[in-house]
Amino acid sequence: MREYFKNTWDGLYTVLVGMRITFKHLFTPAVTIQYPEVKVKLPDRVRNRLYVNIDDCIGCDQCARACPVNCIEIDTVKSIPGEDLGTTSNGKKKALWVTKFNIDIAKCCYCQLCVFPCPTECIYMTDIYEFAEFERANLLYKFSALNGEEAAQKKVNYEKFQAEKEASRQVGTAKPKPEAPAQPSAN
Amino acid sequence: MYQFFFELTGNVIISTLAVALVPLICVLLVTLFGVWLERKVSAWMQDRVGPNRIGPYGIFQTVADFIKMLQKEDAVSSNIDGVLYNIAPVLVFAGSFAAFAVIPFAATIVGSDIQVGLFYMLAVSSFVVAGILMGGWSSNNKYSLLGSMRSVAQIISYEIPTALVVLSMVMLTGTLSLTQISELQTGYFWHWNIFGGPGWALSKFLLIPFMIVGFIILFISTLAEVNRTPFDIPEAESELVAGYFTEYCGMKYGMFMLAEYGNMFAVSLLISILFFGGYQSPFGYLGNVFGIKWLVSLEQFGWFFAKGWFFIFVQMWLRWTLPRLRVDQLMTLCWKYLIPFAVVNLVIIGIISLL
Repeated sequence: MREYFKNTWDGLYTVLVGMRITFKHLFTPAVTIQYPEVKVKLPDRVRNRLYVNIDDCIGCDQCARACPVNCIEIDTVKSIPGEDLGTTSNGKKKALWVTKFNIDIAKCCYCQLCVFPCPTECIYMTDIYEFAEFERANLLYKFSALNGEEAAQKKVNYEKFQAEKEASRQVGTAKPKPEAPAQPSAN
Repeated sequence: MYQFFFELTGNVIISTLAVALVPLICVLLVTLFGVWLERKVSAWMQDRVGPNRIGPYGIFQTVADFIKMLQKEDAVSSNIDGVLYNIAPVLVFAGSFAAFAVIPFAATIVGSDIQVGLFYMLAVSSFVVAGILMGGWSSNNKYSLLGSMRSVAQIISYEIPTALVVLSMVMLTGTLSLTQISELQTGYFWHWNIFGGPGWALSKFLLIPFMIVGFIILFISTLAEVNRTPFDIPEAESELVAGYFTEYCGMKYGMFMLAEYGNMFAVSLLISILFFGGYQSPFGYLGNVFGIKWLVSLEQFGWFFAKGWFFIFVQMWLRWTLPRLRVDQLMTLCWKYLIPFAVVNLVIIGIISLL
């Protein structure tokens, strides 16, 4: 019987205690951040959208190989000796034309594994996180500095150079034979 | 009110329509404002902001949601019980809306001033039981059925403490008519029933603790009548999706929502009439001070709405304070705690009112 009245009193009293707490919360200021107008400052080393500084890229393919989801596609063409591709920012001379450097940013899992192997630190994570597009095709980022025709041209140049080298090597091996027996007979 | 419109227009049909339309518009506005208030109050209590983009402070949010709801496709599963499915929301809404016919918004603004207003109100609020049962059964969904069974059990159990407390108030005031009950509490706020009622006899002071007990019992049982937390097992948003109205979409769901907020408002008004003086102002009327007759009606209307909204605010406050009760805890509360206290209260108030 005593427990009955205790239960009743406890029930009512605890409800009132709870109501006091909630009422206090009614007047605490909100912790919501009004997003598009106010943006939170992100920490220093966040992993957001990738960026490639194509002038520094030497076409080593390390980032494409490190990517766990294979979202980087790189095509390179060897340059002809005598062509000047310029140097990277730490003084190395570039030897490959990077004809295709596509990153499918929709596939990218933002793991930063491609940033570490890069010898020139040309691929890195920026702090941009608002890059939504209306068309999915716009999420395939193309970083190559050569457009289609130039890339095709470089390839053609290289193939011509290869063909010439092949041809001159064959001519070089064929030439000395007829000369050798003629000389001693002359002497 | 009918007389007023009849004198204004002289036409039976127009005045009947006008009398019916006033509470309907009231209920719609209350729902619009109530949904917004609920979202804002719940947000502030949870240290958030709530809707604040559409209109200043988000006041048009409900309108936007309503327009969105009107555009929704009325997707109906093919295994439902056609007639019952369509009638259920109508019945639930009609049950909660019909209660507004007898509520006096001011001394002269009352839909229908009948002598048995209180009795009518309790009776008509029971329509929702049938509507809920129909809704749950015809949805062809075992979770809806479960939700509606629990809701029916809850509503009919909690009608008993409601009726007992209402009965004790009827015994005290001697009348079933809601306008009479409000009229008896004229004067200042110490003449309200919660403070013992009109007059200055000894019985007034003896009554005060029992009035407070009666008020608490009535508040709790009407909270259960409208399926509000902590008694919202039928809706139980995290358990049964939406309980008995899971399978309803678009405007039918809108009807259930309107009915819920209308019901909430009706019981808040009932509590304020029975215990807090109805439309009476606690301090006297500016209209009487300045001698302007129609201002008194307006003030009464304003005070009544203020009291109703205050109780709605308390209901929302409780919603965000208390966790949901389990079904057996709910039944225990009703049958083992509320009913004995209500019966004892009834007997004691009866004895005191004989003095």
